[in-house]
Amino acid sequence: MALLEIRNITRRFGSLEAVKDVTLDIEAGEFFTLLGPSGCGKTTILRMIAGFDAPDAGELYLDGRPLAGMPPEKRPVHTVFQSYALFPHLTVAGNIAFPLEMAGRSRDEIRRRTTETLALVHLEDKGDAFPHELSGGQKQRVALARGLVNKPRLLLLDEPLGALDAKLRERMQGELIALQREVGVTFVFVTHAQQEALALSHRIAVMNEGRIEQLDVPEALYSTPKNRFVADFIGTINLIAAAVVEASRHGLRLAAPGLGEIAAPVHGAVAVGSNGALAIRPEHLRISGHADRAGLKNHFAGAVVEYLFLGDVTVYKVRLDNGLLLEALATNAGPGRARFHEIGDRVSVEWRHDAGVFLPD
Amino acid sequence: MKRGFWLWAAGLATYAFLYVPLAVVVLFSFNDSELNASWVGFTTRWYGKLLGDADLLQAAANSLLIAIVSSTIATVLGTMAGIALHRWRPPLLPFLVLTPVAMPEILLGVSLLLFFRQVLDLTLGLFSILAAHITFSLGFVAIIVRARLAGMDESIFEAARDLGATPWRTFTRVTFPLIVPGIVAGFLMSFTLSIDDFVITFFVAGVGVTTLPLQIYSLIKVAVTPEVNAISTLLMALTLTLIALALRFAPETLRKSA
Repeated sequence: MALLEIRNITRRFGSLEAVKDVTLDIEAGEFFTLLGPSGCGKTTILRMIAGFDAPDAGELYLDGRPLAGMPPEKRPVHTVFQSYALFPHLTVAGNIAFPLEMAGRSRDEIRRRTTETLALVHLEDKGDAFPHELSGGQKQRVALARGLVNKPRLLLLDEPLGALDAKLRERMQGELIALQREVGVTFVFVTHAQQEALALSHRIAVMNEGRIEQLDVPEALYSTPKNRFVADFIGTINLIAAAVVEASRHGLRLAAPGLGEIAAPVHGAVAVGSNGALAIRPEHLRISGHADRAGLKNHFAGAVVEYLFLGDVTVYKVRLDNGLLLEALATNAGPGRARFHEIGDRVSVEWRHDAGVFLPD
Repeated sequence: MKRGFWLWAAGLATYAFLYVPLAVVVLFSFNDSELNASWVGFTTRWYGKLLGDADLLQAAANSLLIAIVSSTIATVLGTMAGIALHRWRPPLLPFLVLTPVAMPEILLGVSLLLFFRQVLDLTLGLFSILAAHITFSLGFVAIIVRARLAGMDESIFEAARDLGATPWRTFTRVTFPLIVPGIVAGFLMSFTLSIDDFVITFFVAGVGVTTLPLQIYSLIKVAVTPEVNAISTLLMALTLTLIALALRFAPETLRKSA
């Protein structure tokens, strides 16, 4: 039995359906992420788990017990808020002790667990400080410590890294993973930042307009997105419009207007004749100076229109002769050289016949 | 430089306009002369004389009692109203609570008098004064408490619930400690308003009970004696102290509500 079972929940705000018939299971010990653009319903689901909101239809079960009608304070679920929501009139230690006091723990236990948890988030020397005296990263850690100290069954995190600068966010990502592994509490994380989701999660539910578009492990979401929304939302992807000419268990033969034939791998059943697009990641494309190789299998001629040198990699934008613009990633692993093609160069864009995924319309 | 000079001059003139008359009252309360005409010499005998004036002492005692009771009740009710205004944004409550603040005092005085006499058929006295004072102070407390709450991150109240606090404990452990400065400032404001209110009290006091401002008024109907100066000085000192205290407790909320 899953730790948290969400069964067919729907939530309406006036005429807007924020969450539409969502069903999902969250397993104990998991780092689970709800990922999607703002307004996709992810925060509404979080609030229903916490008890600040209730579904109009459907049920939530925690450890097999229905959560309906149970107020937030009775749920063994704690939240790390986007704004941290630290109590400004209490010290760091006071903030962390708060859930223990509410749970009626003994003074000794409160003191011991507060000290332990302060150490867990590396804030041993900040116990007597007030929230306004802390940096953003430190507030973040206090909020985490406060959420974890009373060992909830679930810790909900509502875009907790959103307010931090890029460098600090990266460091906190590392700390979050380590912390979750150490305490073993199930995390339900909400974010709109796909890279953050990929880096942190065991499983991700990609949401759009109140529905789950795809629920999978990060690697699978990235390599085999189920539809255009997921393909587009996670990472960068090239979409090449094509129709299926032949399908066998070895692969697909696609016809792309203006390009010709493309060989592609099979992921699930597709009917011959169906229209769609081949979705292929920039790092799966290779570009070479041999424009004359066009005509070989999955080789197409074009010209470089733009490139972005990013240090470790260079992103090239190539316009194929049929007008399609593709993005290709070249790693700068060779010694000394980091640039291989100039704007206007005639190049060949190539990829393996088992790269990419065909997404029917 | 020139602009600086004129700003200073205007500032000084404003302060002079406000405080010179008050200073004169204070000064003459120490003047050793029956007449408020010229400085004769320093004395504190007018203050001593106050202690012998039984009517004045009785009026002062009434005023203190009314101020303490009315501001305590107004603070409790006003705090509740302030929280309700902030949390539920009820459509009618702002009118009920804030109208007495904005209404001309004379109107409030007349309407309370009519209400107490014609509608309730009440004998005017301590109770009617208390009710009137609670009515006009309550709004100020509500404004200050609401301003205090408006400056806070809403999610801390949800966080308290989330971390295991019942609604009542959320109030006692989080909401109340955070609005205490506003409550204290509101109490001091009501106390100040109550102790020096003249207009409304004048209408609802009746004949039995008199307050300090009413007593001062009846004294100056005869003449502005040095005793009036002395009692005015004491009242002024009390009021200024309370205002200073209120500002100290909740400077930002008072500024916001002003």
